[in-house]
Amino acid sequence: MTAKVTFNSDRCKGCELCVSVCPKHIVAIDQETINRKGYHPAHVVDISQCIACASCAKICPDSIITVEKF
Amino acid sequence: MAIVYQKSAGLTDKELHYCPGCNHGIIHKLVAEVMDELGILDTTIGVCPVGCSVFAYNYFNCDMQEAAHGRAPAVATGIKRTHPNSPVFTYQGDGDLASIGCAEITHAAMRGEKFTTIFVNNAIYGMTGGQMAPTTLIGQKATTCPLGRTKEQAGMPIRMAEMLSTLDGCVYAERVCVTDIPHLNKAKAAIKKAFQKQLAGEGFTFVEVLSTCPTNWGMTPLKAKEWLTDNMIPYYPLGCIKDIDAPKAEVK
Repeated sequence: MTAKVTFNSDRCKGCELCVSVCPKHIVAIDQETINRKGYHPAHVVDISQCIACASCAKICPDSIITVEKF
Repeated sequence: MAIVYQKSAGLTDKELHYCPGCNHGIIHKLVAEVMDELGILDTTIGVCPVGCSVFAYNYFNCDMQEAAHGRAPAVATGIKRTHPNSPVFTYQGDGDLASIGCAEITHAAMRGEKFTTIFVNNAIYGMTGGQMAPTTLIGQKATTCPLGRTKEQAGMPIRMAEMLSTLDGCVYAERVCVTDIPHLNKAKAAIKKAFQKQLAGEGFTFVEVLSTCPTNWGMTPLKAKEWLTDNMIPYYPLGCIKDIDAPKAEVK
């Protein structure tokens, strides 16, 4: 399965709730980046392992994650 | 290509003002998803409280009305009685509902007003800076009880779902939380059921959602999730507290 996870990174507040619910442990905070709000945004480290369960998107309080599968 | 999950049509594009990790955003979207799935976005009227979620009218993609502090159930009563065919809900925090608005919510439940209340319980006053709320746990520290709440001084925390469930007008009361995906799914199912019972005209429906307040609890969002599970759920047990069917016509 090929999955695509899109983050609206400028709106991320770096709360890590998405990191905590990912069953594959592939969501992480990007320490290299600072977004418009001044937070380190979340991103997917290894998209090849993504199962498109959308757990990250469901728990995101700011609804910034879109999950698609092909 | 299929979209598995995207932002609900029940939410506007406005950026949420809540602190990082605040559960309000999650609860907002569950309500929005339920309204979207039931196809009632065009007809629903929501009533906002005073507190952290005072700007909720900017975020829900349905008609919204702001109420004075604690008076959302009174405003919702007026709206529902003049628009009996419109789904009506109030979205209130614990400072708003359990403290200043305790009379309004109790009497709305007593009268069996046919609207739904989403009650967000984070055991503290959020917007005003972390003061003790009626729902603050024994031993929990707040700015107005820096050594922790004591039973002798402030009594035991109020369990609103249980209290309202004693009233005949309340047909549905359930307590849920949104700390992980299984709990989140249960919370969404409870909110959906509350709206469905309202649409069937059964009576007052109430969903209490336990929520974190990382900022005023002084914890990271992940630590706050653990604290909620370890401390709040033992005192505020999850589950359906009351679920009765529509009253049957009396047989004479």
